[in-house]
Amino acid sequence: MIHAYKMNGYNIIIDQNSGCVHSVDEATFDIINLYKEKSKDEIKAYIIEKYKDDPEVTPEDIDTCFGDIEALIADGRLFAEDTFEQTAAQFKKKQGVLKALCLHVAHGCNLACKYCFAGKGEYFGPKGLMSLETGKRALDFLIENSGTRKNLEVDFFGGEPLLNWEVCKKLVAYGRSREKESGKNFRFTLTTNGLLVDDDVIEFCNKEMGNVVLSLDGRKETHDRLRCFPSGKGSYDLVTEKFKRFADARNQRDYYMRGTYTHYNTDFAADVIHMADLGFKELSVEPVVCSGTEPYALRQSDLTALKEQYEILANEMLKRYRKGNGFTFYHYMIDLEAGPCIVKRISGCGVGTEYLAVTPNGELYPCHQFVGDEKFLLGDIWNGIRRADILKQFNECNIYSHKECKDCFAKLYCSGGCAANAYHSTGSVNGVYEFGCELYKKRIECAIMLKVAQAEENLKVEY
Amino acid sequence: MKINTLNSGCGECQT
Repeated sequence: MIHAYKMNGYNIIIDQNSGCVHSVDEATFDIINLYKEKSKDEIKAYIIEKYKDDPEVTPEDIDTCFGDIEALIADGRLFAEDTFEQTAAQFKKKQGVLKALCLHVAHGCNLACKYCFAGKGEYFGPKGLMSLETGKRALDFLIENSGTRKNLEVDFFGGEPLLNWEVCKKLVAYGRSREKESGKNFRFTLTTNGLLVDDDVIEFCNKEMGNVVLSLDGRKETHDRLRCFPSGKGSYDLVTEKFKRFADARNQRDYYMRGTYTHYNTDFAADVIHMADLGFKELSVEPVVCSGTEPYALRQSDLTALKEQYEILANEMLKRYRKGNGFTFYHYMIDLEAGPCIVKRISGCGVGTEYLAVTPNGELYPCHQFVGDEKFLLGDIWNGIRRADILKQFNECNIYSHKECKDCFAKLYCSGGCAANAYHSTGSVNGVYEFGCELYKKRIECAIMLKVAQAEENLKVEY
Repeated sequence: MKINTLNSGCGECQT
């Protein structure tokens, strides 16, 4: 299977099952598109007629093109077969080994963002902070259940984790104290709304946190409309300067500005560009996930505009690359040379298998998006998993368990999509969130267009 | 005419 598309003046062929990307001229684009449907003689006649006014398209050129296509097919780089399906199930069986925890150190927040999937940070339950003892037990649980894996990850999450900052710092120290004897390396990360960021937080994070995620939605009016205090007052002015200081202190590396876009800003490219103009270099925005009845919920009628925004953003990034003052966008960061292995691509984020969320009182859920939904309560960090039946649903979750994904060119990039989004939109973790798929495919097209442009123009991504 | 081809578990990668 191939996916052929045109964007920004480039003719692009994505070979679905090999991961190869080909940039081609107009005539070759047509030839490859017809290659599996017509005979060579039919293709040749069609191309000669279509390009009769183009002196660069000769019968000899077309024959050479056929030869190039055949060589690529023989090399497994074009029209490659899908040889992974039979081994997908056994890949997944190997994944009952834990390697990452989302540590909910605070169920509570100093903001009351209107779109918060966690119900203003409280996950539709009582407020609470994780105790140091519970946190230590969570790290022990991770070590005990991580098998031979050496690299372990812990994200301090909430609510707002900085409401429980002293415990976070002590847990980092505890994790470090266990590294040598357990033979593990901890990678700690933090997700924050920024209100409590100060010199202590910045200094500690720069020393100990492999990544920090800083929540900013873009332009002031966009951010303040939904990221506000219980009083309704916006938070943009209070966090922006702190975030700038934080990002600069990290030398503009190993952090993400992370925004959410909604029906209120279907022109979200302007919000990303605003963050770039503030000096931030590592950017990301995500579509809001919420009930369709919310006034800010994205709707089907927004889809065309949203796709255009991804192209506008990619073109702006390309302009800035040419000037040497680019920025990165999370969804456009694809590694065409040394990307993830096929196992990772088939099995995705590891929800409910390699990755679990821990609540302040030590309960275990498949991931942060399921916390608070009792149907997905797996057990706790003292007694382990009690609901193997729930885990089984996630264990069986891979791109080959979604029949809708079978012929999708993006399946080895999206890995079947987000199980939580699938559950919330279809009622099944093995469902397919079609709205999300449409956006994902567009992002992949844009990301690969940028790769093609960089290759064709010999551009380096410098920032 | 111009094909330009751009390119040709251990569990340790990031989640």
